[in-house]
Amino acid sequence: MIFFIELLVSFFLVAGAFFALAGSIGTFRLPDFFSRLHGPTKSTTLGVGGMAIASAIYFSFHGEGISLHEVLITLFLFITAPVSAHFLAKAALHQQLHQNKSGQQGDHRSSDR
Amino acid sequence: MLNTAIPIAFALLTAAQLLNLYRLLKGPTLLDRILALDTMYIDAIAMFILMGVYFHSTVYFEAALIIAVMGFIGTVATSKFLMRGDILE
Repeated sequence: MIFFIELLVSFFLVAGAFFALAGSIGTFRLPDFFSRLHGPTKSTTLGVGGMAIASAIYFSFHGEGISLHEVLITLFLFITAPVSAHFLAKAALHQQLHQNKSGQQGDHRSSDR
Repeated sequence: MLNTAIPIAFALLTAAQLLNLYRLLKGPTLLDRILALDTMYIDAIAMFILMGVYFHSTVYFEAALIIAVMGFIGTVATSKFLMRGDILE
């Protein structure tokens, strides 16, 4: 029983960290700003959600009673991540950042790494 | 099992933070830097939760929640400042 709980916690921790790393690789490698916005807003949020679920399972079985603080963090992040992404995209549209139309890395302003 | 999973998760999150730091320092436009800071605070929340599991302490939840609130307000304030030139209108 304890081994199964530990296995579940370990799986959620490593999966969450992997998704956070995937979001950061997205910010690192993608060519222009509008495509860079995809990584952190989806993948990193999912990663933090996974780690919070792992922490909730861990403290529910090792502390006293059911621990639900982490669900609060997850809920707040799942509400605020699309809002901040929307604001960033609106600011980028207002500043008229150039999109990379061809899919290649040929944009003069925002494509150099 | 946890003794091997926690260092692996720390290593992955550290690599993620280094990539974000590269984007923060290099980012061609100002919005790229704001996006990098946004990602960095979310990854910092993940690191705080991981430290809470590692040290078996529940103190880190409140710190993570405060970082979440403050980071969201910072991102929205800087984006609105770039949009309108003014935060409160």
